[in-house]
Amino acid sequence: MKRCLIIDDSSVIRKVARRILEGFAFKVTEAADGRQALDECVKEMPDAILLDWNMPVMDGYEFLRALRAMPGGDKPKVVFCTTENDLAHIARAMHAGADEYIMKPFDKEIVEAKFQEVGLI
Amino acid sequence: MNAADYGFLCRFLKERSGFVLAQEKEYLVQSRLLPVARRNGLSDVANLVQALQTGASAALKTEVIEAMMNNESLFFRDKIPFDRLRDTVLPDLLKRREPVRQIRIWSAAASTGQEPYSVAMMIADRPEFAGWRIDIVATDISNDALEQARGGIYSQFEVQRGLPIQLLMHHFDQIKGEWRIKDRLRNMVQFRQLNLLSNFSALGQFDIVFCRNVLIYFDQPTKIDVLARIRRVTAEDGYLILGAAETMVGLGDTFVPVPDRRALYRPHPRDPAPVVRLVPDDARVA
Repeated sequence: MKRCLIIDDSSVIRKVARRILEGFAFKVTEAADGRQALDECVKEMPDAILLDWNMPVMDGYEFLRALRAMPGGDKPKVVFCTTENDLAHIARAMHAGADEYIMKPFDKEIVEAKFQEVGLI
Repeated sequence: MNAADYGFLCRFLKERSGFVLAQEKEYLVQSRLLPVARRNGLSDVANLVQALQTGASAALKTEVIEAMMNNESLFFRDKIPFDRLRDTVLPDLLKRREPVRQIRIWSAAASTGQEPYSVAMMIADRPEFAGWRIDIVATDISNDALEQARGGIYSQFEVQRGLPIQLLMHHFDQIKGEWRIKDRLRNMVQFRQLNLLSNFSALGQFDIVFCRNVLIYFDQPTKIDVLARIRRVTAEDGYLILGAAETMVGLGDTFVPVPDRRALYRPHPRDPAPVVRLVPDDARVA
């Protein structure tokens, strides 16, 4: 079973995303900010990460750069999922090592399409 | 809605668009045609039917047909047909058409443009086609759908289904929260209103025909007729691409399946050569 880490400071978003991803047979873990998420990745590197941008403590962009610099941090497929929907943010995220990008609001079909695109489903 | 009105609408749609409505689709007709009735100052669908029966304007008839069309479309919808294009069709035509360096493609039910633009993106991203002339003719029965297609503007929601983020970044401009396909791709595609029941031989001859998710709305004789006429505008060594879930089973052998390549067909070699050989000037894309 593939493991997906959902990183978002909104518990509502985490709940919605969890329901969607569990429907695609992922084992889901959650983190409320980038720092918590890095701790999770040290414990066990996930196969997939659904990543918010704006979060307290460490934002999604900072997290992604730190992740990609970690041993084994190149392995997870990272899908940004954020309200930062302008081209400049998308380009920054992709340059920092994101694999796909979801612009909120999202639904099950969009998550499915993006996860398929990077070979997770 | 009474049975007589429903029967009339079924015949009306069949005669004018070829679309066959199933018996249990009354709710669909009601939900799609009530807004048309109201927009035209009619209180309900029964009055709309009466207007159609007593000599409605051509504009109202068109509005009714367009309201019943399913214009749902996605970029790279179903994936498999585009895999066939990328892995089988384009490499083959790259060799066969090298002497003329030109490929003509027909998107026969283009709806709001996602299919022809997906094809355009796929070809534009292949450097081996640099300097080739790629003509994509995109047709649909719905003027409303074509109007959106020509504009090439899509919502955030529409671009997220099927379109990889790298292609979005590369081929679209962001304008006030919406996404507009770049001119170099829009210029590869020529949109035209076309009813597949009408004569389409004037479109010229094509190397690739996409006819996806539209035959399902026709009855068996209409499907066979449309396919036979598509055969006449398809190059002898060209390709037909159907929807991922569609087959030619029961539809004759004007096209034969390419082995191990679901959704991909070639003209039957036994069939006569296409009648239409010349590409009319007005079918060209500048």
